Amino acid sequence: MNTSPTDEQQTIDGPRMTGSQALLESFLIEGVDTLFGYPGGAIIPVYDALYDYRDRLRHILVRHEQGAVHAAQGYARVSGRVGVCLVTSGPGATNTVTGLADALMDSTPLVLVTGQVGSELLGTDAFQETNFVGITQAVTKWNCQVKRTEDIPAAMAKAFFVARSGRPGPVVVDITKDAQCGTAPFHYEKIASIRSYVPVPEPDPARIEEAARLIDEAQRPLVMVGQGVILGNAEAELKAFLEKSGMPVASTLLGLSAVPTDAPQYVGILGMHGNYGPNIRNRDCDLIVAVGMRFDDRVTGSPAHFGENARIIHLEIDPAEIGKIIPADVPVAGDVRQTLPLLTERIRKRRHEEWIAGFRACDRIEQERVIRPALHPTGARIHMGEAVDTVARAYDNDAVVVTDVGQQQMFAARYFVFRRTRSLVTSGGLGTMGFGLPAAIGAKLGAPDRDVVLFVGDGGLQMTIQELGTIFQSNVPVKIVLLNNSFLGMVRQWQELFYDSRYSFTELTNPNFGLIARANGIAYRRVEQHEELTDAVAEMKASQGAFLLEVCVESQENVFPMVPAGAPVAEIRLE
Amino acid sequence: METDKEYIITVFSENKVGLLSQITTVFTCRNVNIESLTTSESALQGIHKFTIVVRTSPETVEKVVRQIEKKIDVLKAFVYAPEEVVQQEIALYKVTRSSSVEQLVRRHNVRILEIDSDYIVVEKTGHKEETQQLFRLLQPYGVQQFVRSGTVAVIKSRRELLNEYLEELEKMRKNQKNIDTEA
Ligand SMILES: Cc1ncc(C[n+]2csc(CCOP(=O)(O)OP(=O)(O)O)c2C)c(N)n1
Repeated sequence: MNTSPTDEQQTIDGPRMTGSQALLESFLIEGVDTLFGYPGGAIIPVYDALYDYRDRLRHILVRHEQGAVHAAQGYARVSGRVGVCLVTSGPGATNTVTGLADALMDSTPLVLVTGQVGSELLGTDAFQETNFVGITQAVTKWNCQVKRTEDIPAAMAKAFFVARSGRPGPVVVDITKDAQCGTAPFHYEKIASIRSYVPVPEPDPARIEEAARLIDEAQRPLVMVGQGVILGNAEAELKAFLEKSGMPVASTLLGLSAVPTDAPQYVGILGMHGNYGPNIRNRDCDLIVAVGMRFDDRVTGSPAHFGENARIIHLEIDPAEIGKIIPADVPVAGDVRQTLPLLTERIRKRRHEEWIAGFRACDRIEQERVIRPALHPTGARIHMGEAVDTVARAYDNDAVVVTDVGQQQMFAARYFVFRRTRSLVTSGGLGTMGFGLPAAIGAKLGAPDRDVVLFVGDGGLQMTIQELGTIFQSNVPVKIVLLNNSFLGMVRQWQELFYDSRYSFTELTNPNFGLIARANGIAYRRVEQHEELTDAVAEMKASQGAFLLEVCVESQENVFPMVPAGAPVAEIRLE
Repeated sequence: METDKEYIITVFSENKVGLLSQITTVFTCRNVNIESLTTSESALQGIHKFTIVVRTSPETVEKVVRQIEKKIDVLKAFVYAPEEVVQQEIALYKVTRSSSVEQLVRRHNVRILEIDSDYIVVEKTGHKEETQQLFRLLQPYGVQQFVRSGTVAVIKSRRELLNEYLEELEKMRKNQKNIDTEA
């Protein structure tokens, strides 16, 4: 029953092999086919073993360990599988910390294996030793250190189980060099439960009844979906619930693509740069049904005013999220794939036509005041929204969209129409610049049959630009749309709106991106004129390999609508 | 804050290296001060018990407990008000020896642990106020060392919540297995 690796009694009935081989065998048993990694002294034994597994395990050599984690995140988010990374101790390990923090915030299942100095050297400040279990405590769902060869299989089984079960998250397994080199019999048992861990809480039937009753009584309800629906593979269950309840539905940034954004009941994105309707009507709602989301402050604005006239039903797998920010009138703990059908069974079939028509009226206002000017700018320069819209239409709105962080992220989320689930990969909770390029690489490898388009700013691209080398070496056909405004645009926007236009260190003097692309064997085109845009996007789409399309955009554009940070969402501004 | 009250939190966990710092981090993150903390084996073999005393608001204590339970190696955490538990602390005092000190300690229901020609070491068990009061009384005579343990507490309730929880888990797991085999 007790599954912690140190307590595991290894039965002596498997073939003998080294710890490194045992690790790779564990990967195979867990269904891993792709690793993202970077070698170094403390992980060389594993890399040596990997040489003989090249036919079964594809290893992508990144250019920086942060890139390995973001790539694994992109891979995991599009495929629903666990992303796996392999790095060395010390600097290799510490380079992954941003990625782990990002994956924890955005509930991405990852297993990161780090090499560690030999167990006899632990605690001596040995060369490239860091206390990585200590460092990553705050940025992992779980972590452990393995010092004995015979403990590797059990540790890996637990790592994969923890990473993918319940609310997914990143797991670190830190393996000392002597454990990698030693030999032991290999015996692997997949884990299905851990005594101290309840991945999915049992739904309470009384709460379900209560929630169904509130739904039946509501006059002005709104469903809010988060990434929980996608992580729980509950898209069909959500669809059935929406069809029967007739309720309008809005999405968080990470929830995007769980519901087709052109569906009749869909009313837009919640939060800071979301749509006008779901924010301005927040006060009018008498019921909010939150499904697999965690009320991030970018979604709620001022929590005291959020849904102030509404009862709140919160369907959520992680009990620690229920009531953390917004108190739930009816908390429904559980997996939404299980709880949504229980609600659908019990509720009346309804339509909320008039209430939804109210959202459509808001859409028309937003269309007039924000969307039309963004998509059809009158000035000489191209606008970001226009570029996103052109790409969306060229791809018939069917591509995996990966974004970096900043204005381009918000424009991509707002102006792409998402019709298929798992179509947006973006850093939501941590907002990590530099996420985009490596995540796009991972996304393409995780969804080889889909087109993968990255929208990235000139700031963010340069944070992980070395991964162009990974694209070159591993021949990954991602399409990169660089929206170059020669500014750290999102920060510049805040400076313009809230700091008296004092553009303190947000202007960028950029390198020649064309030379950089070409140096990495990546096709390249640069556009400045509205008229060239469609043709350039078509060229990018038609090209076989990777492509960098640099779009020179208006340097001082702002993303609207906008809820000023900390304000009630109903105070959303259109300009 | 006026709404702040004393709470006794008991946490049951697997005996895993580093868990103590994982648990205390939950408090630091939310800026909650730990008044006292003790750890030991529980009555169930292999299960570790932490007893943590904090002063905070009822909402915060609830959130903190849920964050603690979220740790993979934590089995369960419970929150109690002081009236729901029997709690004790233990204090040791090393005091310069004199006849008046000896008389004083005899009147205060303490155990004498050691008597030397120069000093005397005594032990008092009780609530914080009691051990603190004795400290104040002894001070004029010269307290060379004073140390007080964290609170240890047992729950008054007739029900043994941890055992019930473990049984419930077992049931859930069986149900889960049945579902899995049906599927
Ligand atoms: C690692 C990191 N550093 C700093 C920030 C703060 N930040 C958020 S958006 C932004 C500007 C991004 O500029 P750019 O990449 O050019 O994209 P744009 O906003 O212009 O689309 C900055 C600096 C961040 N999110 N991440």
